[in-house]
Amino acid sequence: MSTANRRRLSIGEAFAPRLIFGETLVELGEAYPRLVVLDADVGASTQTALFRDAYPNRFYQIGIAEANMVGIAAGLSTQGWIPFVSTFAIFLTKRAGDQVRNTIAYPRANVKLNGAYGGLPTGRAGASHSSIEDIAVMRAVPHMPVIVPADPVETRAAVEAVMRIPGPVYLRTVRCPVPVIFGEHEPFEFGKAKLIHDGDDAVIISTGMMTPKALQAAGKLGKQYGIRTAVIHMGTVKPLDIEAVIAASERYGHILTVENHSVIGGLGDAVAAAVSEHAPCRVTKLGFQDVFLESGDDEALFSRYGMNVDQIVERVREIAQGKGRRE
Amino acid sequence: MEQQRTIQKRVRYLEEKAKEVRVEIVKMIHEAQSGHPGGSLSAADIMTALYFDILRIDPNKPEWPDRDRFVLSKGHACPVWYACLALKGFFPIETLKTLRKFESKLQGHPIAGKAEGIDASVGSLGIGFSQAVGMAIEAKMTRSKYMVYTVLGDGETNEGIVWEAAASAHKYHLDNLVAVLDRNNLQNDGIAEQIMPMEPLDEKFKAFNWHVIQINGHNMADVVDALMKARDYSGKPVIIIANTVKGKGVSYMENVRGWHGKPPNDEQLAIALEDLKGSLK
Ligand SMILES: Cc1ncc(C[n+]2csc(CCOP(=O)(O)OP(=O)(O)O)c2C)c(N)n1
Ligand SMILES: [Mg+2]
Repeated sequence: MSTANRRRLSIGEAFAPRLIFGETLVELGEAYPRLVVLDADVGASTQTALFRDAYPNRFYQIGIAEANMVGIAAGLSTQGWIPFVSTFAIFLTKRAGDQVRNTIAYPRANVKLNGAYGGLPTGRAGASHSSIEDIAVMRAVPHMPVIVPADPVETRAAVEAVMRIPGPVYLRTVRCPVPVIFGEHEPFEFGKAKLIHDGDDAVIISTGMMTPKALQAAGKLGKQYGIRTAVIHMGTVKPLDIEAVIAASERYGHILTVENHSVIGGLGDAVAAAVSEHAPCRVTKLGFQDVFLESGDDEALFSRYGMNVDQIVERVREIAQGKGRRE
Repeated sequence: MEQQRTIQKRVRYLEEKAKEVRVEIVKMIHEAQSGHPGGSLSAADIMTALYFDILRIDPNKPEWPDRDRFVLSKGHACPVWYACLALKGFFPIETLKTLRKFESKLQGHPIAGKAEGIDASVGSLGIGFSQAVGMAIEAKMTRSKYMVYTVLGDGETNEGIVWEAAASAHKYHLDNLVAVLDRNNLQNDGIAEQIMPMEPLDEKFKAFNWHVIQINGHNMADVVDALMKARDYSGKPVIIIANTVKGKGVSYMENVRGWHGKPPNDEQLAIALEDLKGSLK
């Protein structure tokens, strides 16, 4: 695969994962001659337009017909093609949910699914476009792994890794620029948690674009409050790295989960389920609290839902001080 | 003769109103620095005719049970809906400045009950049309006299649910339902007929047992005439296929894909307002 002309991703710089997704698909087009890409009239937004322009004969524009698109991808995969299907996460997992389940997951079709515009950042589009339950939906579907990269570097590595995982995969990407936190050659290890910041006093388990925020929070906690906070990134939400969760439970006794998703059925619930079965401890879930999201500036909205960096800091401080514990 | 003159007067009035609507559209999207100008402008004449001539509504009584119902199925074009509702008096014009802002009643895609005059949540394409069918079924069921109107995008007709809704409207004899198809031949990624060829749209709807009227969606006399005929038509649901220009009224936006979902900057706003002023006779 020719990666000579790749965009350099330096730590601290921010890039929109959707752009990295589109650029990586183009690279993969060369490595995988059986790769075909399908989009539903949002290619200019999800950046599959880059693949369309590079490989017009392997790009299928299905129009605003998400259910049909997923069905077509399933059909193509039965003939040995590897479809990468891309549209907004909200429509991919709900409008086309039946096709995802019955034509992709059940037969373990080798179809890769990109849920773009995951979570809150939708460019002020509001509730109809804010996919706050896609992780929950996809986790519940048998055979369906769920990958939620943290930053541009991991997004690139995850898109490549997805091609190596046999069968269906759900990849969730976001619209807004996210700062690079990993060194450029950091690999993506499917199903493995990653300790990205160590500390003895408290632990955050986070996923997706919340991991860079959690990392920032950990920095502040150390500097301003002397609270040494570990951050464990779950790039794979399913299958969950249960060993890492058990270890965190035993070491800290109280876990804070942070995700750009509803607290129902997402990372927080996955972690809570794992500890309750194997190593009970308290789990505090930071995410959207069973609400539809509003339109607005991304950062203003994260604050509105209690999920900005300072709010993460506050939650960790409460946990470190042993507050909120039921006697 | 007399009737002819009053219609001419109405058309003249509506043409002026449509300019005000367009001005509010570009101003609010500029203010928000976010939103969909192209499809709002292409639907501006249709929406103005509906809100300032056809719909039986009362801005002081948005919940009036006998009101005509309206659903903007192509929900992303809500700036045109919000502009009409504000100019009609459902809420203050100043509210338009809050489009897509934190805690505004003017969400990026309309939510039922958030703003006065909005009865259905839309934004996911195709879901408005079914809701309009449901409302029209209700009117039949309760023998209510209200009409139901909906505006669809041409890209929106790619969705299977549009055709499911069309079939059910025939089944339930919904001659109280009028759909307008904003045929601007552009969608998000490019030219509609290239993205997914849907022609012949008129024959498709006829085959679904709808009555079809085709017009130029920017000729106000035609728009009003078609809407009146559609309202009075009995026996079948009616679809008006309105040929339009995406971005209509703003020179640099007309027929340009890139203006589907992008706000104008300060300079572009000034040009847009100049273009729209120039169109004032
Ligand atoms: C189910 C669904 N899929 C995708 C989108 C994203 N989207 C918003 S507008 C649009 C294009 C709409 O084209 P058209 O219906 O022709 O509208 P218009 O040209 O009038 O703006 C798309 C794909 C959506 N809102 N809903
Ligand atoms: Mg269109």
